[in-house]
Amino acid sequence: MKGYFPLFLLLQTGMTGVFVALDFFLFYFFWEVMLLPMYFLIGIWGGPRREYAAIKFFLYTLVGSVMMLLVMIAFYFYSEGNTFNILTLMDQSVHIGPMTAHNFRLLCWLGLMIAFAIKVPVFPFHTWLPDAHVEAPTAISVILAGILLKMGTYGMIRFCYPIFPDITFEFAKWIAVFGMINIVYGALCAMAQKDFKRLIAYSSISHMGFCLLGMASFTNEGMNGAVLQMFNHGTITAQLFLIVGIIYDRVHHRDLEGFGGLAHIMPRYAVWTAIAFFAALGLPGLSGFISEALVFLGAFKMWPWYTAVSVSGVVLTAAYVLWTYQRVFLGKINEKYKNLPEISWRETVTLAPLALIVVILGVYPKAMLDIMNATLVGINQLFVK
Amino acid sequence: MNFINISYLIPLLPLIGAAINGFVSFSGIKTRKWLTNVVACGSILASFIIACGIFYQLNLLSAEERSITVTWFPWFDFDLLKANVAFLIDQLSIVMVLVVSGVGFLIHVYSIGYMAPDKGYSRFFSYLNLFCFAMLMLVLADNLLLMFVGWEGVGLCSYLLIGFWFDHKPNAAAGMKAFIVNRIGDFSFIIGVAILFWALYSVGHPTVTFTELREHVSLLDGLKMGPYAVVTVICIALFIGATGKSAQIPLYVWLPDAMAGPTPVSALIHAATMVTAGVYMIGRMNFLYTMSETALAIVATVGAVTAVFAATIGFAQNDIKKVLAYSTVSQLGYMFLGMGTSIYSAGIFHLVTHAFFKACLFLGAGSVILGMHHEQHMDRMGGLRNYMPVTFWTFLAATLALAGIFPLAGFFSKDEILWQVFSRGADNHLYYVLWGLGVAGAIGTAFYMFRCVSMTFFGKLHTAAEHEYDEADALDSAHKVDDHHQPLTPQEQSLSITSVLVVLAVLSILGGFMGLPHALGKFVGMPNYFEHWLEPVFASKIGRLEDGKMIAEGHGSIEYLLMLFSVSVAVAGIFAAIWFYTKRKDLIVSFTAKFRRLHTLVYNKYYIDEIYDFIFIQPLLKLNDLLKAFDQAVIDGFVNACAAFGVFWAAVSGWWDWFFVDGAVNVVANATITSGRKLRLIQTGRIQHYFYIILFGLIVLLVWRVI
Repeated sequence: MKGYFPLFLLLQTGMTGVFVALDFFLFYFFWEVMLLPMYFLIGIWGGPRREYAAIKFFLYTLVGSVMMLLVMIAFYFYSEGNTFNILTLMDQSVHIGPMTAHNFRLLCWLGLMIAFAIKVPVFPFHTWLPDAHVEAPTAISVILAGILLKMGTYGMIRFCYPIFPDITFEFAKWIAVFGMINIVYGALCAMAQKDFKRLIAYSSISHMGFCLLGMASFTNEGMNGAVLQMFNHGTITAQLFLIVGIIYDRVHHRDLEGFGGLAHIMPRYAVWTAIAFFAALGLPGLSGFISEALVFLGAFKMWPWYTAVSVSGVVLTAAYVLWTYQRVFLGKINEKYKNLPEISWRETVTLAPLALIVVILGVYPKAMLDIMNATLVGINQLFVK
Repeated sequence: MNFINISYLIPLLPLIGAAINGFVSFSGIKTRKWLTNVVACGSILASFIIACGIFYQLNLLSAEERSITVTWFPWFDFDLLKANVAFLIDQLSIVMVLVVSGVGFLIHVYSIGYMAPDKGYSRFFSYLNLFCFAMLMLVLADNLLLMFVGWEGVGLCSYLLIGFWFDHKPNAAAGMKAFIVNRIGDFSFIIGVAILFWALYSVGHPTVTFTELREHVSLLDGLKMGPYAVVTVICIALFIGATGKSAQIPLYVWLPDAMAGPTPVSALIHAATMVTAGVYMIGRMNFLYTMSETALAIVATVGAVTAVFAATIGFAQNDIKKVLAYSTVSQLGYMFLGMGTSIYSAGIFHLVTHAFFKACLFLGAGSVILGMHHEQHMDRMGGLRNYMPVTFWTFLAATLALAGIFPLAGFFSKDEILWQVFSRGADNHLYYVLWGLGVAGAIGTAFYMFRCVSMTFFGKLHTAAEHEYDEADALDSAHKVDDHHQPLTPQEQSLSITSVLVVLAVLSILGGFMGLPHALGKFVGMPNYFEHWLEPVFASKIGRLEDGKMIAEGHGSIEYLLMLFSVSVAVAGIFAAIWFYTKRKDLIVSFTAKFRRLHTLVYNKYYIDEIYDFIFIQPLLKLNDLLKAFDQAVIDGFVNACAAFGVFWAAVSGWWDWFFVDGAVNVVANATITSGRKLRLIQTGRIQHYFYIILFGLIVLLVWRVI
């Protein structure tokens, strides 16, 4: 434990830094800072295949980092006044030399996009995620899903969109397509999983697809939906991983077929789970619905067919979420677990605030939308021709 | 007191009730039952009273002013998408609110008796209240998105209540099926809303609010989407959503399974209110449907076909709740037939009367099931009229109402629909066919409902001892409560049950007089109050319909003739059923023996569930496994191959480094050492050797110099 908390705090530093940095170099620095403690947290306190998962996570992200580093250096040399300042770089007139040539811009854009896509993760760069999630301890899974994944989508909106609006607009179709693939593919894969935590990892991939689809919409509704989805995914998936952690602490396995009837044994736990599960499947009145509805409505304008396919995700999500709930909580009681202790106060206290946020944002999403709308309208303005 | 200003309490009170009872249930606090009853029934009763107050206040206003939007707080506020959490209180929504809260209250009271011995007593009332909240949100919402909140909310409650006895696996599975099938409808609904929104954007008025939609939707006229009119596409997309919620072909399959829930739930959610949401939605969007002849024809056709199709399945079911379930599907078909003929008020009228008599039937069935100690199989009942007189008479009244016998509620509403469909046939011959289907369905309804009455109440009692208890047959079988206090012979139930039955039976008998058809109204000097009340909501009727009404009023004689015809065939169906099932059961037996294949087909509901399973579910599960394998083998395989390649390349580089690079270094070192070793030999330490070498050197130098 002596090593765990310093690393955890270092991780916090890195994450906070990434989201507040307005300087590309600083951003890159924090991006790397957060990588290191994560490696140790998974590698030391993880499950049986922790070393494999930790190395996979580390190297995969590092591949992206290298591309980002190259693009960053290109920015430095091909900007007027050699700057790393993101705000300055957004001004297209400071771009000089090759940075004004279409193909070079595309290359830089692609480098950044792939670096961020690995983090999101976008299909086909997603396979590090299930491994990292399954092996990581509960708290780390929560951080990983709740915050780390958003660095990817945040990066896209913060860098790719304002610095390369032309390229982004040109290739928006592909962002939408990959969003669609993430949603449907992630949901289908989730349905096939037998491991509770792996299932949630894949649901995470599916849910992050909504962010991509919304980002590709270039409507205020879709963009707000995408960013709200980032936030909601953070609160909802965090709950889901906590829920898996709670049952894993008690029975030390995650096999979905090995439970049954838990709603009888742990009724309060079943209620908290139901809230998180229904939020995950986008039940209106909870926050997940707001962001999904905004994404669908916004994205439909530009990409009606991709959106229509993506909307089928709501059926698939309902199917795997309810099926999971049925297998774990409903049906006959598994005699082995008749005496499992009910959810404790400590566990309730970690779940309750998240659930409360989910409910509040479901009823009054303006609380969040008002904060981010101005920025997103500003970014969106770049694309209104 | 201005009731409209406190209309937010209508859905809010049941929500608070749900929260209180939910907290009581899950926190494990021990409370007295009457507290639960007061909270649950009191909250919904208060909603009903407020709704009555609003109804009264609306009556004081002139017809045009009876549409009031009450905004509570802003929900979305983008430059295009604006939506408030707001209620649209008008003639249509107040009718729905009255039905939902009124019938809802009665069923809450009934549940006090029905659920009395259950362990999850307060949990049940919590869910029931939550349902009322969601349903009231659905009917009160002033925009499509808020309506969708209620739309899915009722789906959630339906899920929770179907799987109420979740330790029994089929119950949990039925709940899941209901939710997922509804989600398929919702999928289409969302797309419909999106098309509607962006189509309106293209003509400059993007909105999701009903009042604004009504104003601007005419702009969409003539807009195309590929070869189809945009309006038609939107209408059909929304209608597919309605087929999910309102159990029409092809998405009706969840409703019969939903009977696994407690019987009051079947009455409230799966008969009286939630399943009518699709009908309500079309009523709400009537201005849109009126614009598309094609969409209306599709709605009407699906409704009529469902009405007949479900009725035929009703013939062969032996579970009393399943019979009623298929009857519900069939009656919802009539409502859609009405909506699709653009006689919206008649469709809504049938919705209301159906809520009365179908709730009464389900609750009567519940009473029978309690009386028979949780037996649902009609083969094992019989002769109950002597044991349970109140249940019998109320059930009979409701059945007659359903069969459309004059002058009970169902007669007026069903005949109104059939008559209007018939008169539309003059314009479009399709409607003659639909009328024929409707009449066929009506005969079928009369027959299978009286088959049910005969098997349950007539003849002599088959006691449970005659049959072995077959758990798989009884959907309610998870409801294993300690019912030893029940006497062995069936007995009438407690007051909370019988009183509700009586109230609903009275409504089933008298409810029809709200909407007397024109032809009959002329005699007694009573106008069609119901249609008159709803008229402003459906005012955007097109001229053709005015013609329809002209025909309706002008050709009274045809209307009488049709009424007489449908009543007489219904009566024939009734007597046939009673005669067959009480006097000549042998004929039935020989008939089913003769047409065994047909009987098996109908008994198994045409194997639709199995077909869906084969076409959709199994391939989906296979696809999932396939993708999982693909994900692991190909995509992750590639990643791992990259890693393996990296390791291999590292090994090669390592060898190269060791062999060549480091080898070269070592070669240099070794050469130095070797040469050192060799050179060392000349260093002997003897002065003579050095002298010779110096001499030799001097000679070389001298020779070189001289030459």
